[in-house]
Amino acid sequence: MKSSAKRALIDPIVDNNPVTLHVLGICSALAVTTSLLPSLYMCLALTLVAALSNTAVSTIRRILPSSIRIIVQMTIIASLVIVVDESLQAFAFETSRELSVFVGLIITNCIVLGRTESFASKNPVGLSFLDGVGNGLGYSVILIIVASARELLGAGTLLGYTILPTVADGGWYSPNGMMLLPPSAFFVIGLIIWAVRSWKVEQVEKPEFRIHEVHRTEVL
Amino acid sequence: MSEPSKEPDGATETVARTLLVAFFVSLVCSSFVASAAVLLKPRQVANALLDMRRNILDVAGLLDPEGDVNEIYEKIEQRSVDLETGAYIETAGPEGRGHAIVYLVRTDEEVSRIVLPVSGPGLWSTLYGFLALEADANTVADITFYAHAETPGLGDFISKPEWRGLWRSKRAFDDSGNLMIEVVKGRVSADDPLADYRVDGVSGATLTGKGVTDLVRHWLGDDGYGPYLRRLRQGDSP
Repeated sequence: MKSSAKRALIDPIVDNNPVTLHVLGICSALAVTTSLLPSLYMCLALTLVAALSNTAVSTIRRILPSSIRIIVQMTIIASLVIVVDESLQAFAFETSRELSVFVGLIITNCIVLGRTESFASKNPVGLSFLDGVGNGLGYSVILIIVASARELLGAGTLLGYTILPTVADGGWYSPNGMMLLPPSAFFVIGLIIWAVRSWKVEQVEKPEFRIHEVHRTEVL
Repeated sequence: MSEPSKEPDGATETVARTLLVAFFVSLVCSSFVASAAVLLKPRQVANALLDMRRNILDVAGLLDPEGDVNEIYEKIEQRSVDLETGAYIETAGPEGRGHAIVYLVRTDEEVSRIVLPVSGPGLWSTLYGFLALEADANTVADITFYAHAETPGLGDFISKPEWRGLWRSKRAFDDSGNLMIEVVKGRVSADDPLADYRVDGVSGATLTGKGVTDLVRHWLGDDGYGPYLRRLRQGDSP
């Protein structure tokens, strides 16, 4: 794979992760990650939408007038989201019930529109496709970690299989109820961001202002 | 951000070009969405029907995880009821005002359970469920709420199997035919003389419990299946 293609695909997983570096797409990360299975479907849906919308926008990038580019991108993304939602209802009915409105809300997910506007509108089709997939993967990695933590600690299960038998079922594990509530996703994402920035120090933003001593002769 | 490709030149920005691109994007997108909706509709309808049947079998006590839902569903007899008179409506036709569909479970020619669709407002959402009565049209066999959006951890107690189990053998009507069934605040004490008609509520989720009481009483009362059930209790065969 050419290095630019490789970078488009791999960078968004850690170095340029849309959730942990750009802090985008948090809303759905909170809402669907109560258990792992719906989250997996959400990851699949978003990756598909990001990849296909990037491809579509990149295909028409040279003929798209600047005055309508945002609304056209939104139209493309919204159409893809509707088709994905309908497909889920047709092929994975139970999960579509659990995901309810959140698949439809992918259109509001900043990651998708952000990539079509900043990357796909200026780059060739192949690269744009890979960028969409890469960002989808970056988002998926975070969602899978958060959902696994929340389902495991909140209910003692993973994908519905019991890993930590709960007290209610005669086991030893007292489930952490907070993990089933949305704010816990914030906490887990915060911990992930902390961990990633300890590992990849270059992601830590420089402080905008440093406190320093001011001498009386210094002009403020 | 640097741009490797060209800026759109003057030609792209003309009004005609803009309208043309907008038109074609709309055409392509709407064709794509419309085709998907039309092609997928049969599957979606089949899924929704299967889901409804699964819920009915569940409350009828017939659900078998290994079995084929549509096959087992043959045991269910679907009848239309005129809510005002309580009589069965024989003609097949679209559901009209004042009509409702009930589901009878027949085991060896005898009706063992009567499944009634029920619905009503909870705290945040409309609760949709099925209430199953024994053949005496009074004792509760089971209840399930298959769709709701009540508070997770509080109001969603109506989805919990333990709470569902509390309904078994509760009675809806007393000997004089008064509608007595209700979800109480807190626990029903063992020596309560009306314990047969009462189901435990959950503290902190009183309004959801009240929603359940109200909707069950509505559907078992004169505005709902009341006349139908009265007819059955008076000896008409279901």
